[in-house]
Amino acid sequence: MLLEGENIGFRYERNSWLFQNLNISIESGEVVGLRGPSGYGKTTLGQILAGHQMPQEGQVTIDGQALPLKGYHPVQLVFQHPERAVNPRWRIQRVLEEGGKPDSDLLSALGIQKEWLKRSPHELSGGELQRICIARALGNETRFLIADEMTTMLDAITQAQIWQSVLEIARARKLGLLVISHDQHLIKRICGRWISLSEH
Amino acid sequence: MALLEVNKLSVSFIQYTSGLRQHEVQTIRDLSLSIHAGEIVAVFGSSGSGKSLLAHAILGILPENARMSGTIHYDGNLLDAYRLLALRGKEIALVPQSVNYLDPLMKVGAQVRSTAVGSDPVAVQRSIFKRYRLKDHVDNLYPFQLSGGMARRVLVATAAVSDARLIIADEPTPGMHSDDVAEALHTFKEMADNGSAVLFITHDIEAALRIADRVVVLYAGTTFEIAAAEDFMGNGERLRHPYTKALWQALPQNEFKPNLGVQPQPNNLPTGCLFAPRCASSTQACKESRPEMRDLRAGSVRCIHAS
Repeated sequence: MLLEGENIGFRYERNSWLFQNLNISIESGEVVGLRGPSGYGKTTLGQILAGHQMPQEGQVTIDGQALPLKGYHPVQLVFQHPERAVNPRWRIQRVLEEGGKPDSDLLSALGIQKEWLKRSPHELSGGELQRICIARALGNETRFLIADEMTTMLDAITQAQIWQSVLEIARARKLGLLVISHDQHLIKRICGRWISLSEH
Repeated sequence: MALLEVNKLSVSFIQYTSGLRQHEVQTIRDLSLSIHAGEIVAVFGSSGSGKSLLAHAILGILPENARMSGTIHYDGNLLDAYRLLALRGKEIALVPQSVNYLDPLMKVGAQVRSTAVGSDPVAVQRSIFKRYRLKDHVDNLYPFQLSGGMARRVLVATAAVSDARLIIADEPTPGMHSDDVAEALHTFKEMADNGSAVLFITHDIEAALRIADRVVVLYAGTTFEIAAAEDFMGNGERLRHPYTKALWQALPQNEFKPNLGVQPQPNNLPTGCLFAPRCASSTQACKESRPEMRDLRAGSVRCIHAS
């Protein structure tokens, strides 16, 4: 499968384009890095590819088909701050099952403990909560995962633990990954190729 | 004499479990560190290791249900609530962790000007913004209009325009582009060269090591190791604690090796060494009692096996 953004143009304000004529493609099974200074629209591009934002110009397609507007979205996004990506009043189990019931293999691959499920989001550490968000994003119909500074707020050991699990799952399921990160060492370590946003 | 001396700090929180039943959770215990004028001390640790609470304890801004013991000395005298009132925001400055610490209803230019010293705060603020490549229109933006990286630069600028003697930077760099990180580090280095002390709380090990003199490693609310920044090199053979070594080896530019297990929760701590459940070299003795901090090779470590 091929996720493509063609001639994408996006602006928040009337007169200044964040980017224009931007082309990006990610194939299944590929791990692609996305770098660039802050304010150049890395996060916005991730949101456009995952259907959270609509571009003013251009389109996003999977194998030539436009992204679906309803039903399960094949491109899922994981954010930098897990505590802001979950409903603070829900128990973890409900958060986890928001997009369908994840299978137990996935939970064990991500190191999610059963006893976490009964807790509230604030009772988990950042790393534990981020694992929940990743599991939530990795439903059976997910084909592409956008990791927007997914482990930036985590310590090195937790970061290595999480990436090892995610890369293994992505390999097994032939998912395409877009890794948005400021950490060039991380990008060099896990990505087959990378894109720099400032060049556009 | 150290400018700031934290001695056997502990912090606990009173929580309500069910109904009116109270329950005390200790999140920081036996934490000691010192920092001298002109020195940059990095504090490493994962989330939940007590990094931010340490900053908040020094500044006296812990939440109301927190209870603190141990002592904090500043410039030779006990740093109590009364002295803090005079020093906080003037001699002691915080670079906070997130944009949530800014006033959401005040333009960021004005917020930075409010801490600036000198006769012309506008010029001071403008020149520091220019240095951080924040354009003129940013002066008139509200915090919610900033991107993550811009917000970080504004937060660093608030400390850079003050003439504080002690700067506590709580995770100032994550999400910043490498050029901006370099600029922020340069600012801290400059402050230290001018005689200020900088406590650099972070998990961005690589960035911190570029400017730090010494490193304090925290785990589960306590000090595990105090090392010279130069000890972080190679495979970590000069590091003392198994946790510090694991942290170093987990970096993507090193081995990217994940150590198994997770940091224990404060209400469910092991009886012996706090790292024993995850440690490859733990023995029966490690599980029986908590090791004390001891001096080792010009640093210190809380591990009975370290050599």
